[in-house]
This record gives sequence, C-alpha cells and structure tokens, in this order.
Amino acid sequence: MNAVTGSGGPAASPAIMVPRTGGVRLKVEQASYAYAATDRSAPKFTLGPTSFEAHQRELVAILGPNASGKSTLLTLLAGMARPLSGRIEVDGVEVSMLDLRTRAQRIALVQQESELLFPLRVWEYVLQGRYPYGKRLRFESEQDCLLAGNALAQVGADALRDRWMDQLSGGEKQRVILARALAQQPSLLLLDEPTQHLDIGGKVELLRRLRRLADESRYTVLVVTHELNLAAEFSDRIVLLHKGKCLRVGTPAEVYDRALLEEVFEAPLEVEMRESGRPRVILGGNH
Amino acid sequence: MRPLTPRRVAWICAGLGAVLFAAAVISLRMGAYPISVTDIVRTLFSGVIGRWDDIPSGYKSVVFEIRLPRILLGILVGASLSTAGCGFQALLRNPLADPYVLGVSSGAALGAITSLIVAPHTPGAIQLAAFAGAAATTAAVYFLGRRGGQLDSATLLLAGIVAASFLSAIIMFLMTTLSGRDLRGMAFWLMGDLGSTLPTNPLPWFEGLFLVFVLAAGAIYATSSDLNLILTGEQEARHLGVNVHRVKLVVYISASVLTGLAVSVSGTIGYVGLLVPHVMRMMFGTDYRLLIPTSAIGGAILVVLADTLARSIVSPTELPVGAMTALAGAPVFIYLMRRRVR
Repeated sequence: MNAVTGSGGPAASPAIMVPRTGGVRLKVEQASYAYAATDRSAPKFTLGPTSFEAHQRELVAILGPNASGKSTLLTLLAGMARPLSGRIEVDGVEVSMLDLRTRAQRIALVQQESELLFPLRVWEYVLQGRYPYGKRLRFESEQDCLLAGNALAQVGADALRDRWMDQLSGGEKQRVILARALAQQPSLLLLDEPTQHLDIGGKVELLRRLRRLADESRYTVLVVTHELNLAAEFSDRIVLLHKGKCLRVGTPAEVYDRALLEEVFEAPLEVEMRESGRPRVILGGNH
Repeated sequence: MRPLTPRRVAWICAGLGAVLFAAAVISLRMGAYPISVTDIVRTLFSGVIGRWDDIPSGYKSVVFEIRLPRILLGILVGASLSTAGCGFQALLRNPLADPYVLGVSSGAALGAITSLIVAPHTPGAIQLAAFAGAAATTAAVYFLGRRGGQLDSATLLLAGIVAASFLSAIIMFLMTTLSGRDLRGMAFWLMGDLGSTLPTNPLPWFEGLFLVFVLAAGAIYATSSDLNLILTGEQEARHLGVNVHRVKLVVYISASVLTGLAVSVSGTIGYVGLLVPHVMRMMFGTDYRLLIPTSAIGGAILVVLADTLARSIVSPTELPVGAMTALAGAPVFIYLMRRRVR
C-alpha cells in the first residue's frame, strides 16, 4: 500500500489507514438500505451492505456515478433514515437511537440550500445552527452569537454577516451554509455535493477549507462528490459506490485502480501516480 | 449581529398595545350617542377599579353593554385570524396563505351553520363544529395542493379557491332551509359581522373564548423557534433537530381552532390573516417569535378599526366588517401575488 504523503494537512500522517488520534468517530458496519415508493411496492433502490470507518481529523470522500447510492448513504449517516440492517455509530452511539437535538449536536449535514421563503440576513441564518442547544422556544444568548461569529470567521465569511442571503454568490452562499453547520459544533460534518455549483477556483478553495477544518479543528468530514481529482488530492479515504454497492474503501491510491474506475464511470480513464503519492485521473483513449 | 431578545419583543408589543388601546378609545367614541374621550377614559378607569356608582348610567350602558363587548369581540377575532394566518403561512410554506383565501373560513362557516341547524341550543356546539369544518378543510386543501409529493404554491391557492366556492355552494343550499328573518342575519354573518352574535351577558362567554384563544395562540407561539427553521426549509429544519411532524400537527390543530373560533363568533372576515402578518413582516422582520405577537395585536387593531368604520361610514346603517377588510385585503393580495412575495 502506498503511504500517502501529500501536501497540506495529510502530510502529517505517515500512513492513512492507521487510526489517528481520537480514534474512531464514525463506524459503519454492514449498513444497508432499501428505498421503495410505498410500503408494499418492490424497492426502487437498494444500498448493499456497506462498511467503513472514519476517524477524527479525517476527510473521507464518497465517490460514485449518479444513482450509485451516495446520497442514500449520506441520509443513513445523517440519521434521517434507519438502516435496514447493520449499524452506524457516531462516537460509539448508534445514530438512529439519538434524539433529534442530540443528533444535530453531533452531526451536521450540508445540503444544497432550499429556496428561502422570506429574506434572511447571513448572521440570522448562521445563528440557526445554535438551535439544537436550546429549549423549544429559545432566544439566542451572547455565547450563541460568539460561536456563530467564530463559525463565520472559520469559513472566511466575516465580512458577509450583515448581507442578505439571497444576494450572495454561489461560493459565498456555500461558505455561509458551511458556517451554519459549524455553529452546530458537530463532530461529524457531512456534505452532499458541495462543489456542484462552484467554479474550479471555488471548488479548490472549499476542499482546502474542509481539509483545514479536519486538520485544525478536529472535525471528521465526509464529502459526497463527483470530483475524482479533488477527492484524490484532499481526502484521506475514499468510499467508492456503484449501483448501490460499496465496491472499495481505502486511500485514494488504493481505490484509484484504472480498470475499476473505468468500469464504474463507464469512460476511458487513465490513472497516474504523482510524486506526492496521490493519484490523478485523466481522460484516456481517443475521443 | 443583534439577535432578538424577549425584552425587545415586550417593548414592541407594549407599543402596539398602546395603539390598540387608542383604537379602542376611538371606537368607543364613535356612534349615535356622543361621549368625549375624557369621559370614555374616566368611565373605563372607574369600571376597571370597580367604582360603578361613579359612572353615569347612560355611559355605563353605552360603553360597557354595547360598544365595549363589540370591541372585545373585534380584538378576539382579529387576533385569532391573524395568528392563524401566521400559522398557515408557515405550515404551508406560502406567504399568501390565510384562513379566508384557503377556504378554511368557509369550512368553519359550514360547520357553524350546520350546528345552528342541527343543534341550535347546545352550548359550545357552534365553536366545535366550526373547528371541525376548519380542520377538515385545511386537510383537504393541503392534500389537493400537493403535486408530485410537494406542496405547490399555485395549486394550493387554487385548491383553496375551489374549496371556498364549493363550501359556499353548500352553505347557500343550507341557507334556503332557513326562514326569511334568519336568512338576512345569516347572509350578513357570512360576510363577517361583529354585531349580531353577542349574547346579553357577554362576560362569561368572553372568558371561555379568550381562554381558547390563549391556549391555541400560545401553542403556535411555543413553536415559533421551530417555525423559523421550517421556513428556511423543512429538510434543513429536520437536520437541525426540529421535530417537523409534531410542529406541523400543533400548528395545524391550533390554526384550525383559531379559525373556527373567529368564524363561529363573527362569520367569515377575510384577509386579516394575510394583510396583518405581511405588514408586520415589513415593519419588524420575519422572525416568528416577534411576528406572532405583533400580528395578533395588529389583527386586533385592524378589526377594531374596520368595524368602527363599518358601523359609522354609512350610519345609521351598518356594513359587515368583512366587507371593509376585503376592500383593503383583496388589492393587497393581488399586489403580493404579482410581486411573487419574497
């Protein structure tokens, strides 16, 4: 196995598969799921038994083509659905057993934001991340404001705090949504295709930021993405899904096998190993 | 960053409370029997501290038996409709939602009329039937307004309009079974009227109604932090720890109770639940922790003033108060719809 010694954060760790400080944060054991339109109809989509672990300070990328089960897996990890079999644990506790607020204190999910019904300021939006820490009817404390301010600073969005949400650019909005997730002070940060509407500069910046959050702030970050090269560059571990099956789990160098990737993504691809030990995927063949 | 504090909510509500008091005084002053503002305040004060002997008997009957009960009823109805409007707007994620526009008021009216025909002398039956009508209509409109599993804003409003016209047709049919004298009163009541329902000794009656209002409005207010998040997106709210199903159930029941309450005592007064929350959002922002109490007081102010106008504009004839609110509300509804409210 290749020891990954890429630039940036991961360079600090000699071999990625060795458990890092803080131990296992997320443990997925043979978790499977079936999704049907109604209770009685045949399942439309099934996710076969999937197992992997993620540690503190790790960035894990979940890869796969469309309809491979990435978002389903994320739904299970977020505790929004209960696995049909197997178990998913965060910090040693089964996710589906946690009550809603406790879960929101441990796991934050960043999705594409829904359309806002009424205008909202950035700081109001980020303060929503403090909701899991209050009683039913709550007014934000000074500490909540402080933490929301810190979250904005962590994503470099301090200057945006008084802007309206609907006046932000795609990249700015993505950072603010991330800030709200950080305001939840979770240990597990899940992101569903966060790079989707960003240009290449925005994508690199976001992945770099996530890498830094994992390294410096001890988050465990899981990213669902289509970006093979960015995932190879920034992640410690890859979970490769295809047609509802978990095909391989390992370091980018272990998972980026040419034949495997070509089969999964149905395109002629070439994989080259860079000096850093991280693979790079390029389009192969004559096109 | 200046988050909302309970103190700010209290101050703004106190300010609006003062406006409501002024509106009530204006309303007490208007009418065939002239009373000066000083006399009104003095009469009210004496009444509040229990010194009934100090009040001239003419004032006592005009203020405490005729005008004040009607104002209290206006406050109750306005606050109920407005709070219900806030609730429906969050529940259905639609800024144009309002008990009247959604046909929920018509459902409540149908319930109320049915109870008047079936069990005219059972206490509380009319309120209960109005609530049942409101709740059934809300559920029907909610399911008719879905498209592909999602609530669709335009389909929802259409479902509301269709429900309202269907229910009105049934109401018309039922009304033909009534005698001529009842018919005129009923037609007036249908347009929204505060004058015809007051019993001779309204105080204990009011106590019960206000208690129901406080419970239902309080239940919606208790979910206001959750509603703020649900308005940002239901899925996101769930991720942030909101029990969306429970919150929606609480709001659904409470908003139906409030609509049933208002309709059972005043008929279908339209657009209050649309107009008032919108104005309050423009003035104080979209936070439900502030929006619900300000809308409740704002609704009370609107209905008290509208009723005052309705009974004095073509005096001695009275207009139904619903006609006044519709005159103001319908243009605002069209304006909001065209602007595709943010």
